[in-house]
Amino acid sequence: MENTIQITVIDRENVEHVLDAPTDMGLNLMELCKSYELPVKGTCGGMALCASCHVYVLTDQDLPEPSEDEHNMLDSAFFVQANSRLGCQIKLHQELDGMVVKLAEESE
Amino acid sequence: MGDLNMQTNTIETDILIIGAGPVGLFAVFEAGLLKMRCHLIDVLPQVGGQLTEIYPKKPIYDIPGYPSVMAGELVDNLMKQIQPFQPGFTLGDRAETVEKQADGRWLVVTQRGVRHLAPVIFIAGGLGSFEPRKPPIPNIENLEDNGVDYFVRNPELYRGKNIVIAGGGDSALDWTIFLADSVKSLTLVHRRTEFRGAPDSVEKVMELAHMGKIKLVTNAQVTAVHGEKHLEALTVQHDTEGESMLQADHFIPLFGLTPKLGPIGEWGLAVDKGAITVDTLDYSTNVPGIYAIGDINTYPGKLKLILCGFHEATLACQSAFKFAFPDKKLSFKYTTVTGIEGMPSTAEKV
Repeated sequence: MENTIQITVIDRENVEHVLDAPTDMGLNLMELCKSYELPVKGTCGGMALCASCHVYVLTDQDLPEPSEDEHNMLDSAFFVQANSRLGCQIKLHQELDGMVVKLAEESE
Repeated sequence: MGDLNMQTNTIETDILIIGAGPVGLFAVFEAGLLKMRCHLIDVLPQVGGQLTEIYPKKPIYDIPGYPSVMAGELVDNLMKQIQPFQPGFTLGDRAETVEKQADGRWLVVTQRGVRHLAPVIFIAGGLGSFEPRKPPIPNIENLEDNGVDYFVRNPELYRGKNIVIAGGGDSALDWTIFLADSVKSLTLVHRRTEFRGAPDSVEKVMELAHMGKIKLVTNAQVTAVHGEKHLEALTVQHDTEGESMLQADHFIPLFGLTPKLGPIGEWGLAVDKGAITVDTLDYSTNVPGIYAIGDINTYPGKLKLILCGFHEATLACQSAFKFAFPDKKLSFKYTTVTGIEGMPSTAEKV
């Protein structure tokens, strides 16, 4: 389908969800997960202020470097690894087709 | 209620609003138009909720009539807008308990013991009350207040002790600088090499580390706490060099604040996924006299938007009036026609 990519999200019970994601609606990964009712809270609404959309990027995607805001939030988050990102800061576009991410463990 | 002293210490109002964010503040305006007085309680020391606490300098684009407004500026304007109605405030304190009184009013007591009486409660608590973000370290709760502290309440407690602070923001840096001179040893553990605090503080911390007054452990995280009755040591996991042990009398994790529903969750209100369920007719909860407005409520089609919260506050006020004053006639007026008739301040009211 045109303007649709596939993103695989592995939830906290290790279940894989292959999601069809539109690329023409300005969605980010956190919003995509929420629209499929995956257990992502997105408490702050996408301002990189809560880390409830913390994911590990498992595929080798060419993602833009985290902004200072995203780095700052990851500093206050837990279970952070080298491939940690905030889903709300990953804008969906054609090049991300096939990306696989895993939801990080929830904390507090 | 016969105790005179008790009565003078009790704040009485028409609507007690829990949460002084934008929606709680606007509720004061709509209540004021109906001649109802309001008093607000907020856990934060200032009004504005997350707008002032988290993103005062961020622009908001979906407030009708404002193409763009800074969050902090919106709060300032709301405060101006409600000024004629002289609301009261209990700030930096958390609403803990609610109890129905013989006269039908609600008694709400805060953490510090401030008593509030009102026939109606509006819960406008947003995301909840802001509490320290606790690191997910196994069994850390067993040592809370026995060496693990999420706040620095009394710096004297740390004099001559081995202290470990974790975090990379301003509070971690500021307390590191403040405590460096009086403690026996101080180690600052941070996940990265860069610190996000004020440049002056970062420089000062680097200088302290350079002089050997503190120890800086970067690219590392505390992963375990050790001690029977009191904290004795910590395990630090380094990104590249494995684990190490740190002797510690006190561990102060400073990872910012995170909102929690808190004690309101125990008030007998119907809750769905951390939000209070309401009737969209008037945003009433399952408990008569208690309403929930703004981000804290949920209903089919709910959108967490300030503008929706304003609407909810407006309708809740109409319903609250009928609930609190069933014998009085409620008339709907336009401010353009009638203007704003303010209220005398509580101090002037006899």
